[in-house]
Amino acid sequence: MANNHAHAPAPLGGSLLTPFTLLLGALSAIAGIILAYRFFYGLGAVTNINDGYPWGIWVAYDVVVGSALACGGFVMALLVYIFNKGQYHPLVRPALLASLFGYTLAGVSVIFDLGRWWNFWHIFWPGYAQVNSVMFEVAVCITAYIVVMWIEFSPAFLEKIGMKDVKRKLDKLLFFFIALGVLLPSMHQSSLGSLLVIFGQQIHPLWQSGMLLPVIYLMTAVLLGFAVVIFEATLSSTGFGRPLETKVLTPLSRIMWGLLASYVALRVLDLLWRGALGTAFAATWQAFWFWVEMACFIVPLATLASDSARRSASKLFTAAVLLMAGGMLLRINGFLVGYQTGDGWHYFPSFAELMVTVGIIAFEILAYIVFVRKFPVLPAAQPATR
Amino acid sequence: MDRRTFFKASLAGGAALATGAASCPAQARGNKDLPPEALGLLFDSTLCVGCKACVAACKEANDMPPEFSTKDQYWDTPLDLSGKTLNVIKAYRNGTMEAKDRVENGFAFSKKSCMHCVDPSCVSACPVSAMQKDPKTGVVTYDKDACIGCRYCVAACPFGVPRFTYDKAIPQISKCQLCVHRLKDGKYAACAEVCPTGATLYGTVADIKKEIARRKTLEPGKQAMFPRGRLGGPDQSYPNVVGKYLDHTYGEKEFGGTQMLMLSGVPFEKLGYPDLPPRSDAALSETLQHTLYGGLIAPIAVLGALTFVARRNVKPEDEEGEQHGK
Amino acid sequence: MANQRMENMSETYIEETAEAASTVANRLGINRREFLQFCAATATTLGLPTGAEAAIAKAVEKAKRPSVIWLHFQECTGCSESLLRAEHPTLEKLILDVISLDYHETLMAAAGHQAEAARKAAMKAHKGKYVLVVEGAIPVKDNGIYCKVGGHKAIDMVKECAADAAAVIAIGSCASWGGMPSTEPNPTGASSVGDVLGKPVVTIPGCPPNPYNFLATVVHFLTFGSLPAVDQLGRPKFAYGRIIHEHCERRAHFDAGRFALEFGDEGHRKGYCLYKLGCKGPETYANCSTIGFGDAGESNWPVGCGHPCIGCTEKGVGFTKPIHQTAVLRGMSPPASYPGIVEQQGKASFAAAAALAAIAGTAAGGAAMLAKNLGKQDAEQQPRQKGE
Repeated sequence: MANNHAHAPAPLGGSLLTPFTLLLGALSAIAGIILAYRFFYGLGAVTNINDGYPWGIWVAYDVVVGSALACGGFVMALLVYIFNKGQYHPLVRPALLASLFGYTLAGVSVIFDLGRWWNFWHIFWPGYAQVNSVMFEVAVCITAYIVVMWIEFSPAFLEKIGMKDVKRKLDKLLFFFIALGVLLPSMHQSSLGSLLVIFGQQIHPLWQSGMLLPVIYLMTAVLLGFAVVIFEATLSSTGFGRPLETKVLTPLSRIMWGLLASYVALRVLDLLWRGALGTAFAATWQAFWFWVEMACFIVPLATLASDSARRSASKLFTAAVLLMAGGMLLRINGFLVGYQTGDGWHYFPSFAELMVTVGIIAFEILAYIVFVRKFPVLPAAQPATR
Repeated sequence: MDRRTFFKASLAGGAALATGAASCPAQARGNKDLPPEALGLLFDSTLCVGCKACVAACKEANDMPPEFSTKDQYWDTPLDLSGKTLNVIKAYRNGTMEAKDRVENGFAFSKKSCMHCVDPSCVSACPVSAMQKDPKTGVVTYDKDACIGCRYCVAACPFGVPRFTYDKAIPQISKCQLCVHRLKDGKYAACAEVCPTGATLYGTVADIKKEIARRKTLEPGKQAMFPRGRLGGPDQSYPNVVGKYLDHTYGEKEFGGTQMLMLSGVPFEKLGYPDLPPRSDAALSETLQHTLYGGLIAPIAVLGALTFVARRNVKPEDEEGEQHGK
Repeated sequence: MANQRMENMSETYIEETAEAASTVANRLGINRREFLQFCAATATTLGLPTGAEAAIAKAVEKAKRPSVIWLHFQECTGCSESLLRAEHPTLEKLILDVISLDYHETLMAAAGHQAEAARKAAMKAHKGKYVLVVEGAIPVKDNGIYCKVGGHKAIDMVKECAADAAAVIAIGSCASWGGMPSTEPNPTGASSVGDVLGKPVVTIPGCPPNPYNFLATVVHFLTFGSLPAVDQLGRPKFAYGRIIHEHCERRAHFDAGRFALEFGDEGHRKGYCLYKLGCKGPETYANCSTIGFGDAGESNWPVGCGHPCIGCTEKGVGFTKPIHQTAVLRGMSPPASYPGIVEQQGKASFAAAAALAAIAGTAAGGAAMLAKNLGKQDAEQQPRQKGE
C-alpha cells in the first residue's frame, strides 16, 4: 500500500504539438465556428431538434452522458476518502482532472443548448428559482460541483504556481470540499434520472422506472465512474508510454463487479415488477437498443466474474469500454430513443450538431493532454512498478 | 481502521436516509386542486365544422406570424402547434370520410391548444418560474423575461403544447395563455369569441361542467339550443342538432384534470389526445424531489456524515502525499 | 356522346355559325354579337367546353322549336316572372324563340275555353314530343280539391299532360319538392311533381330558380336531344352539383373566421361571412355563388347583397329552417390542406447518420485494437507472474 502512496503526481512534460493534438484542435475549432453560427441564427439553424424532440444530443449526450462519464473523480473520491481505500490514491488526481473537464464542458455546453442563455443566472436567483423543478436541482448541484471540483483540484495549480500559503490553508479545509464533492454528484447524477419522471408516459416503459430512476441513474453513474477510471488509466498508460496500473485496477474492478451485479439485478427486477419486460420483445427500435444496452452491462458481468479475468488488462479495458457504452446507451435511450411525445415526430442529430459534440469531446481530450503535461496530475512514473 | 470508518459512514448515511424517509409522507403530494375561479374552454368536436376561424383569430389576437407547410407560401397552414401557432384545428380522417364524427369512413375535427392543466407538468418542470399557474384563474402563463430556454416544459408536457422558436437567435416558448392579455379590454379567448358554432366555448370551469352535464342529457339527433362565445356572457345561443357524445369527457380526470374540457363523438385517442392516468406527473416528480430534498434535511445529514468521515481520511493522506512529493 | 356530337358540329363552326347567327339575329331583332353572347353564356352555364356555343347556335337556329305546355298550380308565378324579368333585354325573346309556348296561363292571349282548347290541341298535335313544364306544387289532400284550373284538379291535369310528354320539367322549388306550400303543417298536402307522377322528373328548384338553369336545360335538350345529367333529386348537375358555400365569394372570410354578427355591424358592412347570421350556403346545392341569382347580374344574389342564403333550392332547408338558424355544414369532408392528427415532422439526415456510424465504428475499432494489444501484454505478463 505504501508503495502506491509513493506515486506522487508530477507533470509529464513533452511536446504539446503533435499531429493528434492538432487534429483535436481543428475539431474544436470547427465546433467553435458552428456554435458561433448557432448563436447568430438560432438552434434550428444548426441542430435538428424540434418540438417533438426538444432535447437532442446536446442535452442527452453533452450534458447527461458527458457528466456521467465525468464521474471518475467522484467515484475515486468516494473510494479513497470515504471508504478509505488509500491504495487507489494515485488514480484520484487524473480522475479528478478528467471529471473537472467533463463537468466543466457539460456545464458550458448547457449554455450552447439554452435558448435564452443570457438568463441562465435566474436558476440561482431567489424569486426566479423554482425549487420543485428537477432541472433546478440538477443545475444548482452541477454548478456547485464544478466549483467544488476546481477547489479540490486547485492544489495541483497552487503547487505549480507556488502559492504555498493558500495551499496549506486549503488543505486544512479540503476534507469539507471532498465531502461536498461526493454529495453533490450523488445528488445530481440521481436527479438526471429524476428528470424523466415528469415525462411520464412519454418515456418508453423500458426506461420509465418512475421512483427508481434516481437509483438507476446514480448506480450507473458510479459504474461509469469506475469504468472511466479504468479506461483513462489504461489509455494514458499506453498513450503516454507509461507502465500499466493493472495492479491497482484489479481490486477496483472487484468492487465495480459487485455494483454491476446489483445494478443488473435491480434493473431486471424493476422491469419485471412494472411488467415492462414484454415490450422488450416487440419488433421496435426501442427493444433493439434496450438489448444492446443490456448486453453492454451483462457481458462485463460475465467476463469479469473471476479474479483471474480481472487481472487481465485487456479484459478490464474491454469491460470498461462496454460499461461506458452501456451507461451512455441507458441515457441516450432514456432521453432520445425511448422518448416519444406523440406520433409522427422524427429526430436524428444533424451533421453540424454531431460536430459540436465531437468538438467538445476533442477539446476535453486536448485540455487533458495539456494539463497532464504541464501540471502534476499523473503519478510520477517509477520503473520499479513495471 | 478501514472497517471502522466504513461502518461509521454507513451508519451516518443510513441515519440521514432514515431522516429523509421519515419526512417523506408529510411531503408526498397528490394532485393539485382546481383554483376557485378557474377559467377554461369547452371544445365540442361534434359542433366543430372545421372552419379554422379560431386558428385565424388566435393568430391575430396573439400577433403570431403565419406558418407555411405548403410549397406556395400563400396561406397560413400550420401542421401542428409550433413556435408560431398557439391553436390549431386538425382533421381526423378515415376511408371515404362520408360522415362526420364517425370512426369508420368518417371524419372529425380536433382542436389543439393549451389544456391549462390543474396540475401542469410545465410549471413543475420550469426551473426559473417562467411558467406560472395563476392561483385564482388557473391559467398557465409564460414569462419570456424569466425563461432560460431550456425546453424542459416542451419535453414534459404530455399534450405537446409549449413550443419553441428554434429558428430565432432570441427564441422563446410559445403557448396559449387563454388570451389573458385581452381580459382587461373586457374580451375573452379569441378562439371562443369567433367560433361560429360554439364548438369552442369560454367560461368558468364550473359553468363548463354544467354545460357538459346538460349536453349529455340531450337526445342525439334532436334539436337543442347551444350557447356560443362565453358562458355567462350575452346570449348567443342557437339551435343545432345534438351530436352522439361518447360517455367520456376528456380532461375531467386525465392527469389530475384540465381546464380545457372536451366532448367528442369519436374516441379522443383518434383525435390525438393521449390516454393519461389520473395522477399528474408533476405530483409524482415533486413527491420524489421533496422526499429526497425536502427542507434539505437529507442532503445536510448526508453531508455531515461525509464530512466527518472525510476529515478522518483526508488529512493524513494528503500530508503523506505531500511529503512524498518532496 | 353529347360531346362527340358537339365536336362534329363545331368542325363546321366557321362556315355555319356566322350564317346561323345572322338568321336568328334577324328573326329576333338583335345583333349577331348579342346572340353569340347568349350561346356562350348558356354553354358556360352548362359547363360545356369551348366550341359548344357553335353547336348551341346551330341547334337554336335550325331545330324545330319544341312545343311547351306550362302548367301553374300552387305557386306565385315567380318562376315565370324571373324568366320574363330577366335583365338582359333579349333573354325573354330568346326563350320565346327557343320554345313554342303553346300553353301558359299567364302569358297566353287566350282565356277560358279557348285556352283549354289550345292545351288539348297542342297535346294532340305534338303527342309524345312536347315538353311539359310544371310550376307550383300539387295539392293531394282530400283528393286534390284545393287547386283547380278550369274545373280540373291540378293532380288530374298534371297526370293527363305528363302522359304524352317527351320530357317533364318541374320548375321552381314548389314543383320540385313542394316548396313553400308544403311547409308544415302543409294543410293542402302540397306535393312535388315527381311525387304525384311517381317517377323522377327534371327539377329546377329555386325560389325563383335562375332562368339560365331552365334555359340551359331546354337548350341542352334541343342541342343533344336529351336532358342533362341529373342527381338523385332530378336536379341538373351542371347547376346543382355543388354547394353554394364551396364557391361563395365570401368563403375566404369564413375560412379566416371573419363573420358578420348582426345586420349593420362592422363585419356586415365590410362584407364578412354571413354564416353566423344563418346563411344556408353550406347546406344548399345551387350555382348562385357562381352565376348569381336570377339574371340580375354579377354579385347580385342574396349573399352578394348582404343577406344570408335561405336555402330556397334545398328541401328541408328553405321554408323549413328558421332564416337565421346556423346551417349544418354538408358534404364537407376536411380539405386536403388540413393537418392530420399525426403529421410527419422533424428532420433526420442520412449524412449525419453515416457520420455517427463512422465515429462509433472508429471508436469501437480503436478500442478493439487497444484491447488486442493489451491482450498481448497480458500474455507476456502471465508466464512471468506464474514464474514469480
